[in-house]
This record gives sequence, structure tokens and C-alpha cells, in this order.
Amino acid sequence: MATTLESPSPRLAVLRWGVVTFPGSNCDLDTVHVLGQVLGQDAQIVWHEETQLSGFDALVLPGGFAHGDYLRAGAVARFSPVMDAARDFAESGKPVLGICNGFQVLLEAGFLPGAMRRNHSQNFVCDWTHLRVENAGSPFLNRYSAGEVLRIPVAHGEGNYFAEPDVLAEMERNGQVLLRYCTASGELTDAANPNGSVGSVAGISNARGNVMGLMPHPERASERLLGSDDGARLFESVIRSFS
Amino acid sequence: MPKAKITISLKPTVLDAQGTVVQNALRSLGFDTVEGVHMGKYIELDLAPGADEAQVTEMCRQLLANPVIEQYSIAIVNEG
Repeated sequence: MATTLESPSPRLAVLRWGVVTFPGSNCDLDTVHVLGQVLGQDAQIVWHEETQLSGFDALVLPGGFAHGDYLRAGAVARFSPVMDAARDFAESGKPVLGICNGFQVLLEAGFLPGAMRRNHSQNFVCDWTHLRVENAGSPFLNRYSAGEVLRIPVAHGEGNYFAEPDVLAEMERNGQVLLRYCTASGELTDAANPNGSVGSVAGISNARGNVMGLMPHPERASERLLGSDDGARLFESVIRSFS
Repeated sequence: MPKAKITISLKPTVLDAQGTVVQNALRSLGFDTVEGVHMGKYIELDLAPGADEAQVTEMCRQLLANPVIEQYSIAIVNEG
């Protein structure tokens, strides 16, 4: 294990985090590293066949290519045994965070509204993006300020978020749109949107607010060594909100 | 043996960017008579004799199509 260059804030509570590994997940270990080594949390891998999640305080569905993204990204993973337990977990009000492929799984499983399409450019995009915090009252974002601009990388081929106009309007009224792609100065432009998602949406929550999905990778931006640590406060928000 | 021939495509309200790309590619090859391209998936199921269309509809609804953005059509045929 590499030593970290930053130590976690001494006042962070320790939650028990479960990070699900589906066949084809590949960001699970990075997520466990950030939670465990950088943020001093109790983080464990949970195999997708696990049916018992009662020992955890927070659940993460990490990035990757579960089941090869066959048929549609997340279409098969949503039927994994762990997802039944995850549904009960979410319904009890505990936090569930889906990152990239994890977001796709949550959409296919109906935890979040809308669906993902192939990137508008038809190309896989692997690049830095800027994100604007749209709802700093969310339990996932309360360590950020409203309108704050973050620098977080994306790496996806199917990140083009879609929701029907009336669904999106309701989500906006409810504060469920959490993050949008923007320029470095916080403006919404087509050029700043890497995949064509409606309303430049990058991250959303369910109506209750305890389930979040985002396409960018906060676990790849939690250590300054890797170019940005703007992502760490997303996990810190969860710790603060749910401890 | 009965087969289910299923076509899955985007709902008309969802932008088909891939279709636009293919249409532009056809145009650049000189095929300028194409006024629209709609991409989809084709899935063929080999069915046991007891299977019926209602089951296939359920398969589409639960797994094969994403009802938020996709529509589907099913044809059951007897072949082979």
C-alpha cells in the first residue's frame, strides 16, 4: 500500500462503507483506497452476490464495466442479488452513492429517474471536467458552497443523461439536480458538456435525497497528487450527514 | 421452433445522435437520398414450444429494453 501524503481531517467520524464489486467493476479498489487510506474510514469490498448489508452505514456502487456493459450499461448488474439488499438499504434512508457505472446501475434499477444514452459525440471521453454545485443542501454536497466549481475527471462512453422534460422539471423543483458540467468560471455551455446530457446534468439524487448518482469520478480527485482533491469533500459530506 | 424477433429502438422523442452520424457518413459517400437514419438493436430468441408473446413482452419490459428511452416490437415466427 502506498503511503498517503495527506492525513484525514482529525474530526471526521468513521462510517462503515461497503463498496460493491460486480463482475467487471474496476474502480472499486480506488474507492476503497480513498475512503480507507485518505479519509480514515472503515471501507470494505462487497461482492455482488452478498445479500446482507445491515453492517454498513453507507454503500457505494463504483465505476467500471459491470457485465461488460452488455445490452446496456448496468442492465444486467441491476439484477445482482446485492441490489435487493441495496433497495432495502436505500429505503431505510441510508446513503447510496453510484459513481459512473454505479450511476448507470442505479438508473437501470430504478433507484434514480431517467436513463443514460451513448455520449452525443459517439466517442468515449476521458478528460477533466468542471462541475458546478447546484444543491449545496444535499447530504452529498454540504461540504461545498452553492455554485462552487469543482475539477473532477470523467471517463465514460455512455454518460449522456436523459430524462423527459416534465421529469427533469420536477427534479429541478425538488433540488434533485446536484451537479452540472460547466466552464472553469461556472457557465453552462455545450463545449463544457462532455456527453450531451440534458441540462448539462452530471449528478442527481432521488426525491428523498439519500441516493446520488454522478458520472464524474470523485475518487480520482481526492488526493492533490493526482491533480485535484475537489472530490474528497463529497465523501466528507456523506460522513458529516450520516454520522 | 418458435422464434421471437425483437427490434428495439429509441423512442421518437429521444435524439438519435448515432443515426445522424451514420446519415452524414452515407451522405459523404454520395448517398444523398437518405432522409433519416434510425439505429436500433435486433434480438432473436429461440423459444421452447410453450413460450408465448406475453412472456416475451415481459422480457422486453424487464430487461431487453429500457422503457425510459426505448420502444420495442415483437414478432413471433415459426422457423426451422
